[in-house]
Amino acid sequence: MLGFFGISRAERRLIPDTRLAGPMPWVIAIMIFLTILAVAAGLSLRSGASAINAQLSGRVTVQILAGDSDARDEQLAAVERALDASPLVARRDTLSDEELQQLLTPWLGGDILDDAITVPAMIDVDIAGPMTTQTLQELRNLIVAVSPDARLDPHGQWLQPIFDLLLSLQFLALFLVILLSVATAAIVVLTVRGALNTHGPTIGVMHLLGSTDVQVARLFQRRVALDALFGSLLGSGLAALALYLLSRQIDGLGAGLLDSGQLDWLDLLVLVLVPLSGIILATIVARLTVVIALRKTL
Amino acid sequence: MQEIVTFDNVGLRYGTGKEVLSDISFTLYPGSFYFLTGNSGAGKTSLLKLLYLAQRPSRGLIKLFGTDAVTLTRDRMPGFRRRIGVVFQDFRLVPHLSAYDNIALPLRVSGMSEKDLDAPVREMLDWVGLADRASARPATLSGGEQQRVAIARAVISRPEILVADEPTGNVDPEMALRLLKLFESMNALGTTVVVATHDVHLLARIPEAHMMRLFRGKLADPTGVLRHPPKPEARNPDDVLPSFPPKDASDYFRQGPDGS
Repeated sequence: MLGFFGISRAERRLIPDTRLAGPMPWVIAIMIFLTILAVAAGLSLRSGASAINAQLSGRVTVQILAGDSDARDEQLAAVERALDASPLVARRDTLSDEELQQLLTPWLGGDILDDAITVPAMIDVDIAGPMTTQTLQELRNLIVAVSPDARLDPHGQWLQPIFDLLLSLQFLALFLVILLSVATAAIVVLTVRGALNTHGPTIGVMHLLGSTDVQVARLFQRRVALDALFGSLLGSGLAALALYLLSRQIDGLGAGLLDSGQLDWLDLLVLVLVPLSGIILATIVARLTVVIALRKTL
Repeated sequence: MQEIVTFDNVGLRYGTGKEVLSDISFTLYPGSFYFLTGNSGAGKTSLLKLLYLAQRPSRGLIKLFGTDAVTLTRDRMPGFRRRIGVVFQDFRLVPHLSAYDNIALPLRVSGMSEKDLDAPVREMLDWVGLADRASARPATLSGGEQQRVAIARAVISRPEILVADEPTGNVDPEMALRLLKLFESMNALGTTVVVATHDVHLLARIPEAHMMRLFRGKLADPTGVLRHPPKPEARNPDDVLPSFPPKDASDYFRQGPDGS
């Protein structure tokens, strides 16, 4: 009766299972575990970067740094009018004295708004449409025209190094995935070559009896696929447990930016594809290794 | 009659060594029986390797089944090899497989289903007198039993050419005779048989067989008979065939070596 990979149970006995199994399933389990973590990290960073970008990059803080509070209030009112009239602005939110107090108390202590220090007025502005250099310049011209002491602080500017870092980390994760894939393929190649040497006489007899390279390759790829399946299940299970524990810890922190790195269902689908890809990769590499090695024989 | 094998000025050397076979030319016809003789080291096994496509010649032309075997591509090799049964000098049984599985190997390689191959394998086991040793592994079989498994494996797929390298080298005279009968039976069914041996007593058993003698890598053929042997149809089959093999091929595998 034909079974997995179209090989009968009797044909499977041509290559004894125990000789090929060895450490490969365990090594593949480790590789799959590390690959899933690397992919999850990459996806989480991408998700976090997107969320931060969506939240902050289109936002500008306008600070009005007048010498005294009267001038500040006058300029504030003028800026507010200008912003309200501008099509560049989707929304503006002027921070109240209480909000400013809350913002500054950790650094300057309480009661500062009642003292001699004039605290800058602050307006959060959400830009309508994409944030470009031109948009920023137009907004700056608009504000400076009514408030010479105003200063624009685009969030995207100070976020750029963070985005660059996140992008670098994503590339690093991708590089790790590639390295782990290459390492997995190398392990399969070495294992299959060893098995080919071990079973050389049997393969030689099979060839002389009319066996094709593909028939021989099927025996090896089936064994490797089973090892990879076992390793993938084990590695995936461990990785799922690790990711679950990490997400629990992140939930416990309640930190906004960390929360933004949550994986959605599409990301989870990608993670599920990792072990499947591992099995397919190992199987294809095993087949190619056998076929290429046999091509050197008559 | 169309020749089944043609060697024309074939030479073989391993690596950069000297030629182990030189200027080998002969023709084999379907349904004929050939003995290949010669002293140890004369090149018998090397010549057989060329015949069953385990080696390519260093020079010359080999035609198998009407096709140039020298330039045969790898993907076409299996199809040709399935038409040739080989009894190796060292048996080459797969050590972790039972006698049953070793004999079934050619049928499995050719894609026969497990259901279909069971009967012929069991009949073949019975035929070579190993029905009760079906599950035994080669290591637990005697030399003679291993040889019979190797022969059963070579003939089970009814090859067009049967090549046997010193098939009686490890068996007693009685078993040697039975094996020879087996080869004659195959020959009677139309299989071209080539037996390499240095057992002169064996040669006398089949006087109709053609003799090829190798001496230091060259075919000793002073009369030209080997190069152009008489065509088989010139012979009277009744003179050649012993009474043992049934004429009907379907009954062939159902009978024991002694015809019982």
